[in-house]
Amino acid sequence: MTESIIQVKDFRKTYGDFVAVDGISFDVKEGEIFGLLGPNGAGKTSTLESLEGLRDLNGGSMRVAGIDPTKEQPKLRNLIGVQLQSGGLPETFTPDEAMKFFCAYHDVAPRFDLLDRMGLEGKRKTQYHELSTGLQRRLALALAVAHQPKVLFLDEPTAGLDVPSRVELHEMMRELQAAGTTIILATHDMAEAEEMSDRVAIMLSGKLVTIGTPMEITAKGAGLTKVSVRTKNSSLSNSGANFPAVNQHTQKEDYDVYFSTDIGPTVSAIIAHVEAQNDTLIDLRVERPSLEDRFLEIATSGGTK
Amino acid sequence: MNAFINHFNFQFRVGIRDKQAFMLNYLFPLGFFFMMAFIMVDINPDFLETLIPVMVTFAIIASTLLGIPDPLVKAREDGIYRTYKINGVPALSILIIPALTAMLHLLIVCTIITVTSISLFDAPVPVDWFGFVFTFMAIAAASTGISVLVGVISPSTRMTVLWSQVIFLPSMLLGGLMIPNSLLPEAAGKIAQVLPSTHAMNAFNALGMGSSADFNPWGSVVILVLGGLLAFGLAVYLFSWDSRNAERRGSPLLGLLALLPFLVGIFLS
Repeated sequence: MTESIIQVKDFRKTYGDFVAVDGISFDVKEGEIFGLLGPNGAGKTSTLESLEGLRDLNGGSMRVAGIDPTKEQPKLRNLIGVQLQSGGLPETFTPDEAMKFFCAYHDVAPRFDLLDRMGLEGKRKTQYHELSTGLQRRLALALAVAHQPKVLFLDEPTAGLDVPSRVELHEMMRELQAAGTTIILATHDMAEAEEMSDRVAIMLSGKLVTIGTPMEITAKGAGLTKVSVRTKNSSLSNSGANFPAVNQHTQKEDYDVYFSTDIGPTVSAIIAHVEAQNDTLIDLRVERPSLEDRFLEIATSGGTK
Repeated sequence: MNAFINHFNFQFRVGIRDKQAFMLNYLFPLGFFFMMAFIMVDINPDFLETLIPVMVTFAIIASTLLGIPDPLVKAREDGIYRTYKINGVPALSILIIPALTAMLHLLIVCTIITVTSISLFDAPVPVDWFGFVFTFMAIAAASTGISVLVGVISPSTRMTVLWSQVIFLPSMLLGGLMIPNSLLPEAAGKIAQVLPSTHAMNAFNALGMGSSADFNPWGSVVILVLGGLLAFGLAVYLFSWDSRNAERRGSPLLGLLALLPFLVGIFLS
């Protein structure tokens, strides 16, 4: 995971007077899962579509696996796979036909095994419009990876999928990554991005406001760590004790909930207090700020935090 | 080549499998043909003389103008061309394959019309099969070319209907299908010479059926072929992959250039 397979430099995209993407730069390393996050209108789609060779640039440059996507489309098509967000296939296509059709254009043998793997084994002769949303998305993914692309673009891959399908898709993403495929994941599902991505970039109003591992990004925030404690005799509830680094204290059901800026001293002091009161600790949970919390923090501050 | 054949096979099957496509490719022209053959011939026995050229021309005009543009626009709106572009499907294939498969469906339908007209209704047999088939190919090329162009330049499916009807309705009324060109008032007859169906009927009658021509029949064939090729060339030039991305090589108004050969057709005598 050292070589950059995607390089974006000062990329700018405009539509008339509207600036959709305003001079962003980033690299994606070979073999990593790279999450591209942002609210609607942030410029994610313009960035992805430009990388996929669907749009021209209004400034800057891009390279995907050494190819300029705007000028070398024929070379690019066998190097990338794209699972589009919705539709994108003729209604009367059957999965078998679609697999045969696109593999022929990629000049590779059809991968019918992928259809079975994606749970389409009983639906291979069913027309596209008769498939459920979940099966349509599975088909789109099977088609996107059939020619073994070096870079795979996934746009909201789990939207509309049930839990087992999501788990299966995540497993497949990890397998593809293990096989060396670089995955660009655009999603609104922060939990998915946090779980799956090696690094994420957050876009806001056409600008790249932060980039890094999910841990690095959440650590930069002002988010408070939530400590939930439950004891046998509820010695914390009415003690009025003040613990170090605690900003806020609430009660929820049988738990005392503390929001801490420095988790170490807070937890040590709570345990010491419980022991001093001859009480017994039943449950203690520590929840660090999630990527979603950090994302909301960035989005609501307009990218200034 | 394998990809092209696969694509062609799929597109041909869509013309039968898709209910709307099957209706426009087969049920509508054949249903209209049988209705006209049973009713019109009974009302006006002279109609039998032109049954084959009229119904072949009608089948071609109806199937192409009503059947080709709408799926092209819908595919663009549904993002199907985006998927095609990403997977390396050439723009030329996207346009030429529906045109070729439409011509193949037309060949089947027109063969049914011709054979049935002769065997079931005793319609006159074409005296020159070469001229008849050549005219069929010319009007099929012209009509598919124009239809593909309409599909490319239409911004939406609603506009497609409008554009198609601008050509289809005058073709039905003035294009020699209901009233022979020679029976139209002189000014109307000249204006009708801008319509592909007028040239098709002129060429079918003179080159295929052995009747007299209203104006130069080979001129009609040339105009049809040139019009079809020009329309198709403009469609390729103006093709847009994506309805969300309006970037294309020229204004859709350039599509009006496809009318040039037909405007020249007014001066044929």
